[in-house]
Amino acid sequence: MHIVVCIKQVPDSAQIRVHPVTNTIMRQGVPAIVNPYDLFSLEEALRLKDKYGGHVTVISMGPPQAEGALKKCIAFGADAAILVTDRAFAGADTLATSFALASAIEQIEKDMKVDMVFAGKQTIDGDTAQVGPGIAKRLDMQLLTYVSKIDELDLAKGEIKVQRRAEGGVQVLQTRLPCLITMLEGTNEMRFATMENMFRAARYPVNFWNKDTAGIVDVSKIGLKGSPTLVSKVFAPKPNTKPAEIIDTEGHEPRDLALTLLSKLFTQHPKLRDSIVKQAA
Amino acid sequence: MAEKFDAIVVGAGPSGNAAAYTLAKAGMKVLQLERGEYPGSKNVQGAILYADALEKIIPDFRDDAPLERHIIEQRMWVLDDESYIGTHYRSDDFNKPPYNRYTIIRAQFDKWFSEKVQEAGAMLICETTVSDLLMDGKRVIGVQTDRLGGEIYADIVILADGVNSLLATKAGFHPEIEPKNVALAVKEIHFMPQETVEARFNVQGDAGVVIEMAGKITQGMMGTGFLYTNKESLTIGVGCMLSDLKKQKISPYQLLEQMKAHPSIAPILEGGEMKEYTAHLIPEGGYKAIPQVFGDGWMIVGDAAMFVNAMHREGSNLAMTSGCFAAETVIELADKQKPFTAKNLARYREKLDASFVIKDLKKYKNMPDVFHANSQFFTTYPEMLNQAAHKMLTVDGVDKKTKEKQIMANFKHRRSLFGLMGDALKLWRAFE
Ligand SMILES: Cc1cc2nc3c(=O)[nH]c(=O)nc-3n(C[C@H](O)[C@H](O)[C@H](O)COP(=O)(O)OP(=O)(O)OC[C@H]3O[C@@H](n4cnc5c(N)ncnc54)[C@H](O)[C@@H]3O)c2cc1C
Ligand SMILES: Cc1cc2nc3c(=O)[nH]c(=O)nc-3n(C[C@H](O)[C@H](O)[C@H](O)COP(=O)(O)OP(=O)(O)OC[C@H]3O[C@@H](n4cnc5c(N)ncnc54)[C@H](O)[C@@H]3O)c2cc1C
Repeated sequence: MHIVVCIKQVPDSAQIRVHPVTNTIMRQGVPAIVNPYDLFSLEEALRLKDKYGGHVTVISMGPPQAEGALKKCIAFGADAAILVTDRAFAGADTLATSFALASAIEQIEKDMKVDMVFAGKQTIDGDTAQVGPGIAKRLDMQLLTYVSKIDELDLAKGEIKVQRRAEGGVQVLQTRLPCLITMLEGTNEMRFATMENMFRAARYPVNFWNKDTAGIVDVSKIGLKGSPTLVSKVFAPKPNTKPAEIIDTEGHEPRDLALTLLSKLFTQHPKLRDSIVKQAA
Repeated sequence: MAEKFDAIVVGAGPSGNAAAYTLAKAGMKVLQLERGEYPGSKNVQGAILYADALEKIIPDFRDDAPLERHIIEQRMWVLDDESYIGTHYRSDDFNKPPYNRYTIIRAQFDKWFSEKVQEAGAMLICETTVSDLLMDGKRVIGVQTDRLGGEIYADIVILADGVNSLLATKAGFHPEIEPKNVALAVKEIHFMPQETVEARFNVQGDAGVVIEMAGKITQGMMGTGFLYTNKESLTIGVGCMLSDLKKQKISPYQLLEQMKAHPSIAPILEGGEMKEYTAHLIPEGGYKAIPQVFGDGWMIVGDAAMFVNAMHREGSNLAMTSGCFAAETVIELADKQKPFTAKNLARYREKLDASFVIKDLKKYKNMPDVFHANSQFFTTYPEMLNQAAHKMLTVDGVDKKTKEKQIMANFKHRRSLFGLMGDALKLWRAFE
């Protein structure tokens, strides 16, 4: 069994600062991490490998520094890592990113048949949740998003059964391989790498692929040229500086206090009352 | 099969990086283990970088090291509650390259230093804590990490694990660090536009200013405060001996809050945005608290060995120099194919003794005791000095001779003649 896991290196949002003067995001000095959502997918892939045997390849498109994120995946137990990196990819939106990654996965497939692709549910920097589905569509794979549990995998029959979180409940879905899965966060916990794998990662030479190695011929589909999304403006929302109003509770009945609170709320949000009345009816 | 290296360095702070870099440059097979997510992720420093120590290891560090500002002016402030009295020393000489001291942001600096170490050929493994030393009798033969299959062997293990070296304590090389030998420091970084920093300190380009502070900001406890200029931020911090903080039941955070509100400090920070709050221990026991720093198969460098000159706020330079000495000792012995026995590693201590590291610590060896026993240096004196200055500078029709008499009377009233002479003697002896 061969699983490809897509990972993206992202700035650690917990440590990102907005420049207090210019209001732009200060990326400098912010440590880069593996997109946290991708780790749930990687761990799930590694668990399948532990159970059924097989090979896990991690792949990322990004700048040369993303090598660090891939090495981390090797430390967790991935077998091989490929970094698709080329100036021609700069400025890619989700359409161009999924095109480049799909093309690279087709190249990987030439060496070893791919049974499953895992991607994160979304990233913490772009947050679109589009790249995974984009790859699935391009590779004509079954798409299983928001997966909370893999119930069964029958490699002989080429079938998989999963639980998927949906609004109001859980769907149990069964489909054919190859498929693309995005895992829901919190569904598993990334393992603590062994010392042996830490050494393997420290010595592992990540494979660097450019657009040609990734099998891309049509350059109008990658990078800025292949990206119809336009970012017209980026800004930090103004902090809410309105001070909180403190209501004195001394010597008041709870009922009166609740009424005061409600009347204050309704004066500030006139539509709220109507909507509550409507819902109650 | 377990891995085996020529040398294992525990920790990727300045001391560990200096040791690993020097060893790797000499062609040795080096493994460096760091518990943080990346080098510098857990490190706290003011921070002043002293060029000399680093220059001896990486002569062209100025080309690409992340440096904030070079220091052209040093201020020493003695504060009471409303005022400060002090000295400012600014020299155009300090504004001519090669510069002697720089402010740095440790997280960035450590990362840069670590890249140099890896380029030199050492292997770095992060997010891995050394939990124990592997021993063969009294000889250290490797380390045990917190990971599955974590035994790693080496001919020599260099402990560069910082203040409160749990490893050395666990191995029985020295007892646990005492609260009277360690200071707890807190610091914050306040961001503001570069122009504001430059205007407030009257500097241009990459020049910067350092303010060292003592007095009532530590509320009678043994300690100091500092304020440094970075490119577009200011670092402010205060530290006190752990034993004092414990006794007075004051949190260092409260101290820092009060210090920031001081009328001479608040306007400097005005409008800045606080972005980082960190706390860290500083080993300040001085010469008398230095543990045994070498033995069969092991050496201790940097903060783990108490190499901090608290009087001059020097630490990272002692760390780098000791790391370098330890590495040189290993290289010399390896060249002569001699084993790393305690007897042979004694050369490390000889190198330290002959250098500023031990000489400076020795010079101030009584300082910690004097300050511990005489809190007046942090309370009464700052007040007396500030009051004296206030009196002399207020023009109110009283003649200067009378003012001098009043000042002297105040001194004697507050501290008695014997007290004053005794304090002078104590200080003189400690500095001698
Ligand atoms: C408003 C906005 C502006 C942007 N501006 C720019 C810009 O100017 N220049 C620029 O270069 N980029 C820009 N981007 C980034 C770029 O469009 C996206 O980062 C990229 O296409 C991936 O989209 P995403 O981060 O939303 O991933 P998602 O679709 O949320 O990711 C889902 C999963 O897909 C996989 N995945 C995503 N990206 C990669 C990757 N690169 N390699 C491997 N796997 C991956 C991961 O498994 C991930 O968990 C911008 C993004 C946004 C939202
Ligand atoms: C607030 C403050 C201000 C200071 N200002 C200055 C200044 O202006 N100038 C100056 O020169 N010095 C200053 N110092 C002192 C200076 O920071 C230290 O002397 C210096 O960092 C010591 O370097 P080191 O490598 O010995 O230890 P550290 O820098 O503490 O590095 C030790 C490293 O070892 C790692 N480690 C610890 N235990 C383990 C383990 N078991 N396994 C794996 N890794 C481990 C830690 O994560 C850490 O990265 C200041 C200190 C403080 C706290």
